[in-house]
Amino acid sequence: MKAVFLRLRLALVLVLTSLVLASCGYNTIPTAQENAKAQWAQVQNQYQRRSDLIPNLVATVQGYAKQEKDVLTAVVEARAKATSVHIDASQLTDPAKLKAFSDAQNQLSGALGHLLAISENYPDLKSNQNFLALQSQLEGTENRISVARRDYIRAVRDYNLSLRTFPSVIWASTFFRSYQPMAEFAADTSAQTPPKVKF
Amino acid sequence: MLRSKPLRTLAAALLSLVLMAGAMAGLTFPPLSGRVVDAAHVLNSPTLAKIDAQLQALETKSGIQLEVATVPSLQGQDIAPFANELFRFWKLGEKTTNNGVLLLVAPHEHQVRIEVGYGLEGTLTDVLSNVIITHAMVPHFKNGDISGGVSSGVDDIIAVLSGDKTGWVARQPLRVDSQSSPVGTLISYLLFAVFACFIFWRWQAAGGRRGSMGSAIAGGIMGGMMNSGFGSGGFGSGGGFGGFSGGGGSSGGGGASGGW
Repeated sequence: MKAVFLRLRLALVLVLTSLVLASCGYNTIPTAQENAKAQWAQVQNQYQRRSDLIPNLVATVQGYAKQEKDVLTAVVEARAKATSVHIDASQLTDPAKLKAFSDAQNQLSGALGHLLAISENYPDLKSNQNFLALQSQLEGTENRISVARRDYIRAVRDYNLSLRTFPSVIWASTFFRSYQPMAEFAADTSAQTPPKVKF
Repeated sequence: MLRSKPLRTLAAALLSLVLMAGAMAGLTFPPLSGRVVDAAHVLNSPTLAKIDAQLQALETKSGIQLEVATVPSLQGQDIAPFANELFRFWKLGEKTTNNGVLLLVAPHEHQVRIEVGYGLEGTLTDVLSNVIITHAMVPHFKNGDISGGVSSGVDDIIAVLSGDKTGWVARQPLRVDSQSSPVGTLISYLLFAVFACFIFWRWQAAGGRRGSMGSAIAGGIMGGMMNSGFGSGGFGSGGGFGGFSGGGGSSGGGGASGGW
């Protein structure tokens, strides 16, 4: 009888301990980390979406401006480079990796901006419906990229803060020692503004 | 040493909360007072009445929350980030389906944007939004007719949203944001209270030998802080999707912008 009572009490203590751990911020760090990883996935999705648009864009521009070979090649090469740099969610703690990713994407942004700028010289291209559609899709994607980047930066900030602030810092310094702060994007304003085309 | 370190981290936590509040206060938004929020006072009353009826009909028919807003100033921001923040501030559309759309006009900056919620990105695409802006709205705006432009823009957006149903099949998977419920918060409060009593009882029963009163109190303070300061606020957006509130929807920057 007494043994049963003891076991019951042990079970109760275990349940209550887990609940108290949860309410004292034990979950804060893993939750924030998962959130930041999810936002990162969103960032990569949107960059992927942009690179998916490029073959079509290049093909359309080529139809009207074959002689702009250098610019077109630069875009294709920058795209190939950007798609080859892929960051796993577990590598987000490495600022160098994130910088390599960011640099490759920025180079692609620059090449795209150049491509859109030269398209100004071709009136037929500018009035091509397919090109206009691609252009607005590209603009929309650039905007989604900047929203996703902003969300990622906020999520990382929350996560890094949870590693350093009370009460979650208690868990960061005990159970979650392996949880490292994640890297933020360097503030690169040129990458966040979509390439502008003046008419 | 033991006493000052938690204090320092606590101070850091409080400071960061203040800083975060400051960053959020960077933009001020008008309250969501109705289906049309004409904060810039540029729409005439027949247009207001017409649009309001159209938006209400759309919402009854399809559940889509289309919101029309004009703002006197973009507060130094580009219209795209401003519209996105405003959309999220108002939580347009339902939380589970993210079926909100915001048509934002900034007459003084000569900018306009259609911001589309996650759930409707496949229906009201960037290209369609762009076509609506350039063909239905901007020509009116160029003539100084804000009401006319907004009116025909709303007509076209509704035509797209309620017309072609094929887009619904192929649309992107909906993004559902997780958020803890108020009930869950309440339960954790109650359980914590029970546990605190339990600790107190153990401490008394053991005559103070097993643990110190100090640690029990420290635990209590910690739990209280956790619940008041860091608890998630699920109370803000009522689940309702009626008249003058958002349903908890979000947007990831879909849509298009234009200028005149």
